[in-house]
Amino acid sequence: MRLLIALALALAVALAIAVAIGETSLSENQYIRGLADPASGPGEILWSIRAPRAVAAALVGAALGLAGAVMQGLLRNPLADPAVLGVSATSALGAAVVIAFGLAGVSGAIEAAALAGAFGAGALLVILANRFETPETLVLFGVALSALGGAATALIFNLSPSPIAANEVLSWLLGSVANRDWGDDAAMLVPGLLGAGLCAYAARGLRMLTLGEETAAMSGLPMARLRAAAVAGAALLTGAAVALAGVIGFVGLAAPHLTRGAVADDPAATLAPSALAGAILLVLADLAARLIPTDQELKLGVVTALFGAPLFALVAWRASRSWRA
Amino acid sequence: MSPALELRAVGAEKAGRAVLQDVSLALAAGEVLGVVGANGSGKTTLVRASLGLAPLTAGEAWLGGFAVRTLSNHKRAALAAYLPQDRRVGWSLPAWRIAALGAPSAGPMQARAAALGALKKVGMAGLAERGVLEMSGGERARVLLARLLVTRAPLFVADEPDAGLDPDAQRLIMELLRAAAGEGAAVLVTLHDLTLAAGTCDRLAVLGGGRVLSLAAPEEALSPTVLRTAFGLEGGLVATAAGPVLAARRSAPGAPALT
Repeated sequence: MRLLIALALALAVALAIAVAIGETSLSENQYIRGLADPASGPGEILWSIRAPRAVAAALVGAALGLAGAVMQGLLRNPLADPAVLGVSATSALGAAVVIAFGLAGVSGAIEAAALAGAFGAGALLVILANRFETPETLVLFGVALSALGGAATALIFNLSPSPIAANEVLSWLLGSVANRDWGDDAAMLVPGLLGAGLCAYAARGLRMLTLGEETAAMSGLPMARLRAAAVAGAALLTGAAVALAGVIGFVGLAAPHLTRGAVADDPAATLAPSALAGAILLVLADLAARLIPTDQELKLGVVTALFGAPLFALVAWRASRSWRA
Repeated sequence: MSPALELRAVGAEKAGRAVLQDVSLALAAGEVLGVVGANGSGKTTLVRASLGLAPLTAGEAWLGGFAVRTLSNHKRAALAAYLPQDRRVGWSLPAWRIAALGAPSAGPMQARAAALGALKKVGMAGLAERGVLEMSGGERARVLLARLLVTRAPLFVADEPDAGLDPDAQRLIMELLRAAAGEGAAVLVTLHDLTLAAGTCDRLAVLGGGRVLSLAAPEEALSPTVLRTAFGLEGGLVATAAGPVLAARRSAPGAPALT
């Protein structure tokens, strides 16, 4: 509980910093006016531009952190993460198809397509995980799935007759929370909360899976239902995150690793802290994307990959030692 | 009272090959039944078929008088608990948390108390907070056995619980299973060490080619004929002060004779 309070406070501080700091520097008087009157000029900057963007980063980070923790628990694999296992790529493929066919304007179309892509990959991974037990094999399937999703998305990008649509698809591939408004944030709440609820329900099953499939099957818990809830929850969260921000890698991988030590490795107890840690990570990463001085603002997915890829290598190196043991 | 476990003319296949054929046995409360046999003789399939984890091609497996295939997961867990041979653990949970997984429906305080009680029984009370992946193989085996004991199921099924352990740890594991039988549980255990099996089990089922070659008290079950057929060994059990000991050599042609 103390861990959750500390993480929630840290998230609040990160959000406050993300709202307070930006490209346009404000004077003390402007901050006071902006905080008091959201309709004023500084108020617009704080409440209509920076705040919904920071909240979008927090929501996406929380969803990916939680989805990563659930996938790692479900597959007993410290390398599992929506991006590593190709769930994000197939989800983005769904969104890309909708954009390329000019249906992006249809309300809920991108969200539905992103969710469908995530569900397809999630279901495939569970089938493969049941058939091939070694953790390395599953990561390899994830790499293949990710490459296939990326290639199909690139194909759409290639064949797209409209350069505008192609540009939009590219934006999905790189991931960003720029220009998100409160309406975009609100659209993520329903699938996000539903996904989080399913993951919370599946938590005891994840803990039991620590002992392996057969012991879990013999434990008396309704494992088939718990496993389905975990997959559906992780897919909903990933799909919702992709719909709001495109493909953002490594948050789902890093967040559980940052919190696991504080909860004695318990795959059930690591869920809520991972969501909070993911939110903090992505709010800070987005702040970095905004503040790093470049001609064009850095894409959020690029920032997380720059920090995340070395972390992935480190985790893989440490995990390979325990697999040999 | 119904036997804790009963197999009636059970058959099972693995990759299209018959692994168990016409296997019948029954196990009552308070009894330790050892299943022995050469590699590939069907021991693990027998265990898994008993619990409904492997599909049957013939016959029926019964737990506490109920056909296994008709049982819900919940009801099956109330009738039998399983300790698989694979001791891999996904995460380095503290020992007490692993043991507490034996009581998933209990409240957190109750489960922790039961876990600590079982860890004390297996001599691991001092390491209750240690992560299982930081333990030796023997320590981890004892923690996993504690998880089995926490279930308080009327039937404990353990698949080669002695594999990879030193002789002292092997005997300790079997003593603990014997103690559970003393408290009224039925125990089905597969073993490779015939001396250990003969010294600690009430009866032995010897498997060969997927069939039960003998099912009796150890001295009778491991007769010279059965040893030759099931294991290709020449010899028999010798009674000593420490219990029966296997004295045998390979009966392969050209093997040097015992003198």
